[in-house]
Amino acid sequence: MNKNVAPEIPTPRFDEMRQTTCYMCACRCGINVHLKDGKVAYIEGNRAHPVNKGVLCAKGSAGIKQHTAPSRLRAPLKRVGPRGSGQFEEISWEEALQTATDWLAPLRKEAPDKLAFFTGRDQSQSFTSFFAQNFGTPNYAAHGGFCSVNMAAAGIYTMGGAFWEFGSPDWEHTKMFLLFGVAEDHDSNPIKIGLGKLKKRGAKVIGINPIRTGYNAVADDWYGITPGTDGLLILSLIHCLLRAGRIDLDYLAAFTNAPVLVNEDPASPEHGLLLRDEAGKLLILDRATGKPVPFDTQGVQPDLAGSHRHAGVSHRPVIQHIAEKYLSEDYAPEAVAERCGISAERIRSLAAELAKTAFDEAFELDIPWTDFRGNKHAKMQGRPVAMHSMRGISAHGNGFQTARALHLLQILLGTVEVPGGFRFKPPYPKPPEAHPKPHCKVTPGAPLDGPHLGFVHGPDDLALKPDGSPARIDKAFSWDNPMSAHGLMHMVISNAHAGDPYKVDTLFLYMANMAWNSSMNTAETMAMLTDTDENGDYKIPRIIYADSYNSEMVSYADLIFPDTTYLERHDCISLLDRPICEPDAVADAIRWPVVEPDRDVRGFQSVLVDLGARLGLPGFVDADGKQLYADYADYMVNHERRPGVGPLSGFRGNGDAEGRGAPNPDQLQRYIDNGGFWEAEVPEEARYYKPWNSAYQDWAVEMAFYDKPQPYIFNLWSEPLRRFQLAAEGHGERQPPDHLRAQIKEKLSPLPVWYESTDARADEFPLHALTQRPMAMYHSWGSQNAWLRQIHGVNPLYVPSAVWEEHGFADGDWATLTSRHGKITIPVALMAALNPKTVWTWNAIGKRKGAWGLDTDAPEATKGFLLNHLISELLPARSDGMRWSNSDPVTGQAAWFDLRVNIAKTGTQPESQPIFPPLGGRA
Amino acid sequence: MHPAKSVILFTSLSGIGFGLLIWLGLGIPKAVGWVGFVYYALAFALSVGGLVASTFHLGNPQRAWRAFTQWKTSWLSREAVLAVAALTIMGLHGAAAVFLGYQPAFLGLLGAALCLATVLATAMIYTQLKTVPRWNQPATPVLFGLLSLGGGALLAGHITTALWLLAGIGLVQVWAWMAGDKAFSGGATSLSSATGLGAQVRAFEPPHTGGNYLMREMVYEVGRKHAMKLRAIALGLMAVLPLVLILLNDKHLVVGLAVISHFAGVLVARWLFFAEAEHVVGLYYGRDQNAASAA
Amino acid sequence: MTELPASTEKKLGLVIDLDTCVGCHACVVACKGWNDQGYGVPLSDQDPYGAEPTGTFLNRVHNYEVTPEAGPAQLIHFPKSCLHCDDAPCVTVCPTGASYKRSEDGIVLVNEDACIGCGLCAWACPYGAREMDASAGVMKKCTLCVDRIYNEALPEEDRQPACVRTCPAGARHFGDLSDPNSDVSQLVAERGGMDLMPEQGTKPVNKYLPPRPKDDVPEFDVLSPYLEPVATEPTGFLGWLDRTLDRI
Ligand SMILES: Nc1nc2c(c(=O)[nH]1)N[C@H]1C(S)=C(S)[C@@H](COP(=O)(O)OP(=O)(O)OC[C@H]3O[C@@H](n4cnc5c(=O)[nH]c(N)nc54)[C@H](O)[C@@H]3O)O[C@H]1N2
Ligand SMILES: Nc1nc2c(c(=O)[nH]1)N[C@H]1C(S)=C(S)[C@@H](COP(=O)(O)OP(=O)(O)OC[C@H]3O[C@@H](n4cnc5c(=O)[nH]c(N)nc54)[C@H](O)[C@@H]3O)O[C@H]1N2
Ligand code: SF4
Ligand code: SF4
Ligand code: SF4
Ligand code: SF4
Ligand code: SF4
Ligand SMILES: [Mo]
Repeated sequence: MNKNVAPEIPTPRFDEMRQTTCYMCACRCGINVHLKDGKVAYIEGNRAHPVNKGVLCAKGSAGIKQHTAPSRLRAPLKRVGPRGSGQFEEISWEEALQTATDWLAPLRKEAPDKLAFFTGRDQSQSFTSFFAQNFGTPNYAAHGGFCSVNMAAAGIYTMGGAFWEFGSPDWEHTKMFLLFGVAEDHDSNPIKIGLGKLKKRGAKVIGINPIRTGYNAVADDWYGITPGTDGLLILSLIHCLLRAGRIDLDYLAAFTNAPVLVNEDPASPEHGLLLRDEAGKLLILDRATGKPVPFDTQGVQPDLAGSHRHAGVSHRPVIQHIAEKYLSEDYAPEAVAERCGISAERIRSLAAELAKTAFDEAFELDIPWTDFRGNKHAKMQGRPVAMHSMRGISAHGNGFQTARALHLLQILLGTVEVPGGFRFKPPYPKPPEAHPKPHCKVTPGAPLDGPHLGFVHGPDDLALKPDGSPARIDKAFSWDNPMSAHGLMHMVISNAHAGDPYKVDTLFLYMANMAWNSSMNTAETMAMLTDTDENGDYKIPRIIYADSYNSEMVSYADLIFPDTTYLERHDCISLLDRPICEPDAVADAIRWPVVEPDRDVRGFQSVLVDLGARLGLPGFVDADGKQLYADYADYMVNHERRPGVGPLSGFRGNGDAEGRGAPNPDQLQRYIDNGGFWEAEVPEEARYYKPWNSAYQDWAVEMAFYDKPQPYIFNLWSEPLRRFQLAAEGHGERQPPDHLRAQIKEKLSPLPVWYESTDARADEFPLHALTQRPMAMYHSWGSQNAWLRQIHGVNPLYVPSAVWEEHGFADGDWATLTSRHGKITIPVALMAALNPKTVWTWNAIGKRKGAWGLDTDAPEATKGFLLNHLISELLPARSDGMRWSNSDPVTGQAAWFDLRVNIAKTGTQPESQPIFPPLGGRA
Repeated sequence: MHPAKSVILFTSLSGIGFGLLIWLGLGIPKAVGWVGFVYYALAFALSVGGLVASTFHLGNPQRAWRAFTQWKTSWLSREAVLAVAALTIMGLHGAAAVFLGYQPAFLGLLGAALCLATVLATAMIYTQLKTVPRWNQPATPVLFGLLSLGGGALLAGHITTALWLLAGIGLVQVWAWMAGDKAFSGGATSLSSATGLGAQVRAFEPPHTGGNYLMREMVYEVGRKHAMKLRAIALGLMAVLPLVLILLNDKHLVVGLAVISHFAGVLVARWLFFAEAEHVVGLYYGRDQNAASAA
Repeated sequence: MTELPASTEKKLGLVIDLDTCVGCHACVVACKGWNDQGYGVPLSDQDPYGAEPTGTFLNRVHNYEVTPEAGPAQLIHFPKSCLHCDDAPCVTVCPTGASYKRSEDGIVLVNEDACIGCGLCAWACPYGAREMDASAGVMKKCTLCVDRIYNEALPEEDRQPACVRTCPAGARHFGDLSDPNSDVSQLVAERGGMDLMPEQGTKPVNKYLPPRPKDDVPEFDVLSPYLEPVATEPTGFLGWLDRTLDRI
């Protein structure tokens, strides 16, 4: 017995491995699902997968507990108690679908806009929007408006592609990486993989964030900026670089509208617009001839220093306007330092480091390429400075312009789409003009006149009714926020409740927990959902909701479609939607039922296929009115958007066609055999300079991203913005309401500007309050997970050292946090690595009692809390009595992070406040 | 450390039981026949009862026999082996006393030695742990030994010896506390050595908001004021009160009271022995190393 | 069995890079998932949907804050599992021989069939690397995924610990620390890999790579040549543009 003999080590084996796509978050990694005795036994990353390359995050690894969570819905539900009581009766699918059909068919016939269909972090937007469009309602959007539309819109308007998960730093080559306002991002695993690569190479990582956790904790340098002031910091960096001439003139001249000529006549209706020729082509001065020529003329030497008189109006290149604006002492480091909470010296050092790295450490890749003007380049010039950013920039009311400023900085340094810089992932880049414009023309009994969402280029593209009132329930693409490319889901409930701009009949929601963590003003939202009119009828007459789990929102709906878990259904991660590509590869993927559901639940998309057919929607029924697709899997394979182009790009035609090809009946099996995804590499000579690279443009057409090459130049000067300004100045037919003129003039500036994004008074509310995503938790839906909730079961409010001392806080203390809108009482904890004017907590840990299959005394429901109670979708009334929405005036992006608060110590509390009665009594 | 009832009971009861056996083995008092039966039965009840209690905290008591195998390295295994040996020898010794009417001296000496060794082995289980600086000091085995002998002497009615031992217990207990209070803060292990992150390190967020075995078992906190009160009670009941009682009057009844007082005091002291012991793992969980030394 | 081998043929272990770990807990959950169905009894959870959820995990990620004399405070994410110590006190205290260190590769394991659940080994471990499973009453600890690293049912590239395979940032490295030429040994040499609680005398095999120095931006003077002004106002800038364009 005393001998060193080891017992036999068992070697686990599984019965089978099935490869599909994770959906514990929207990153959509590839997973190997191992089965034992027909049950899911272990989930690990798929090594071949383009997104995660084998790794898996905490959430992904905990998928098995999501799949077995007691909170899973079991059957369709019909509300039997009052709304919000959580009292339901299980019904059959036939009854559920018939009820929905009975509700919706009359709406379609008479007034399709009485249906508001909003989907949350939907990964099937190209399909759900297809349903909404064919239904004929203009009232459709997904979650982008409250998420990060500022980032997407600023990127696309400026450079035809964005951060978010649509681009990526050149992890292989960059030497200096600046991360602005990111805690986790959608691109969870790729960012971590990338940071790991930088660390391995010893590249420098710089975190610009009020809070130093996670990515910012591993950053070599941390700039603990005061929230909402990044725009100032960035413009100051630009100021320093311009003064030092540390900008990439070649790049600016060749690939951006820096040389394009701007109309300078204040009296002209085209003042501030760009000079074009008859064909509408942008004009630049050729340094060789001194004459204006189209920007894409072969052999042109764009002049940045000249000026030009045209029809008696003087025109100067964009770059001169840039210099004029940002060389101003208003942007000197000394002028911004205090507001940013970063010393002038550090701002200068950062600018100098940028200059040093971008220019002194520039390098070349030996890859010859040809640009769209036909000029041949022997090498690819690299600038090893990369940047990335997300909601820390975008979730502010000045986020659009701040993101524009950031892109301006990148572009001045010549680091977009070059080796070492920021790279687009296919199907981006795509010029803003290549995106659809919003459509809102309603015809009873017929589809909408086109896609709902898109990119406006001026007042003519707004979604307004003939009387000038907003055409959409969320007032997207109205003068309040003209460039709201993703819609404004966060305004839907409050507008529907108020009947402003009009009343709707049925609110149809899909995977968005609007009665809790998705909404600002949570308590008020619950009240609006249950509010009744003078007849005792609900102000929002009908609510249909599709969820997989017993979320807070479930209790506020009248009819529930229970969805499956992500391991039990077909799904399509399509290039028509939010793709999963990497800079060097185009890719799409599927989910498929790796196990069958053990409950009476159905994949939501299949339910829509059925409902669409019952309603007789075009695209869902054939000419004889017969159901076109049996289910979503059938749609995924056989639906064609354009001839030969469908939801899935891989294995088309005979199975070898990529991008374009006839539907292939074996397509899904081919995906399954290939590990659940399809991937095609970008040819080597097409990997950088994509917007201007002929090889890339040709390949993109082959892949069906678009139908003909469409090279373009970056918009440092944004004309669409200027067109709205012109309207506000009184030009043009479509005019904004007077109360919005000043805002539009100030904030829709064609060059990036910074403005204070909240008018909350600093003496009353001295602190900024933020949330961050915990890496091991996904919004509300991670808390039902037995493993993840042990990691993040409660969330204290983190308080910076000086405030901690000032208020005499000690471990275990509680505090009351007050904003202009409300008050919460919560536990506090000390943090030193924090901006001294900022408090924060983890997002969405707090839960309503009775939801998510948790006991009512679960810590999430007793100690956990939401900051959402302190945030309102409408700001307090101004002196003129108007209530402005708490969002970016350009895009309508919800300004979650403009929250300002004050803090006071309270005695120890048994529970966080406010306290709501438990939801319950679900049959 | 979490003061588990079963372990407190086991160490206290068995300590006194083995103490009584030691004295019986030495032939003090001469206890044969029925009287012998009462003494031996009491001693066995305490020591065996303690051993049985100790299995209550095991996750898998059905495999307890395996604990006899690792005497070469493990103090816990040694304790088990020694306990069985001691009980076997003293069982024979007791049988001779009860049935044959005499206490074989050699067997008694051997048994007494084994009993003392058992008690010291028990003490060494704790003393050996570098991870619990408060225990990892010479006072621990001395105190365990004295408590066993003292409690045993009280039960054995060996009053004079008991008086000296009680005085010794009081002194050593105070020594153990004083040395123990300095052990953690004065030791080399700190959050800095635990993390290698330098002197200015502070625990931030815990790894899990849900608790775990380590925190339940090893990160037990007892308030300083509360601990001081309990120390006074323990010392009073365990040493001072019995001493005073016996010095005042050595009648059976009073000695009985002294035994009860002593025993209650030992339980309190043993509770503190665990509750006040800080495990170095607490550092990882943000336990303040210097908070302990303030006691 | 509780005698420690005088030496081991290999010293398999982990090297954890504190400069790279973003604190994502991926390794925590991958470890839980693998070991829930791997070596020995499952890792149970108590009150999983209730007021006090708690369970057995073999790897947990702590977080520490460092406030240097100069410069901003720092946060360090700190994963911790068994360090497979050479001089493992958890082995020698075990009364049953359940806790043992393998002579072939140095992995410290618990033979659950022999474990009585006395908890003493967990007391003896300074690192908190052992957790008693509340449901099975046996001691659980990191097995270094011994059932993966030699498991021929797995593809060769997967014969590494679950936590290492999953770590998105590549902050965890697995290998033989007795071989000075192994990747892990070289990392340790290059980056000054350190022992935790060296004074406890446990001689951990696992090593931690310390965070690199942070926030040591050079004084602006050093950098100032990079910002040498070419223009302080727009006309000067225009002149500079003109001159520069002529050069290109
Ligand atoms: N204070 C504060 N609030 C915020 C934010 C913040 O930073 N701070 N962030 C905002 C942002 S960016 C976002 S995107 C929102 C996110 O908020 P939500 O979009 O509401 O996110 P979740 O709560 O995770 O999930 C929504 C619902 O999807 C359901 N669900 C999960 N899986 C499935 C499935 O497979 N099928 C179906 N049908 N349903 C499923 C969940 O059960 C849940 O009810 O929160 C916003 N709210
Ligand atoms: N694990 C996990 N991953 C997720 C999610 C999740 O819930 N969990 N949610 C997904 C969703 S819906 C989204 S939208 C993305 C969002 O991903 P992120 O953009 O990373 O979202 P947040 O966690 O809100 O992080 C915002 C960061 O910005 C910082 N910040 C706030 N204000 C400012 C500021 O003014 N300036 C600067 N520089 N920084 C600021 C905050 O401190 C925080 O670190 O994550 C996605 N990924
Ligand atoms: S990042 Fe994590 S949760 Fe999101 S898809 Fe990937 S593995 Fe799943
Ligand atoms: S870390 Fe702890 S459990 Fe692991 S070998 Fe070292 S002492 Fe034993
Ligand atoms: S708990 Fe098990 S492995 Fe640990 S010391 Fe006790 S018997 Fe040995
Ligand atoms: S090596 Fe295996 S058992 Fe150990 S921490 Fe990693 S995953 Fe867990
Ligand atoms: S998986 Fe890697 S990065 Fe994440 S916590 Fe573990 S060691 Fe750190
Ligand atoms: Mo989001």
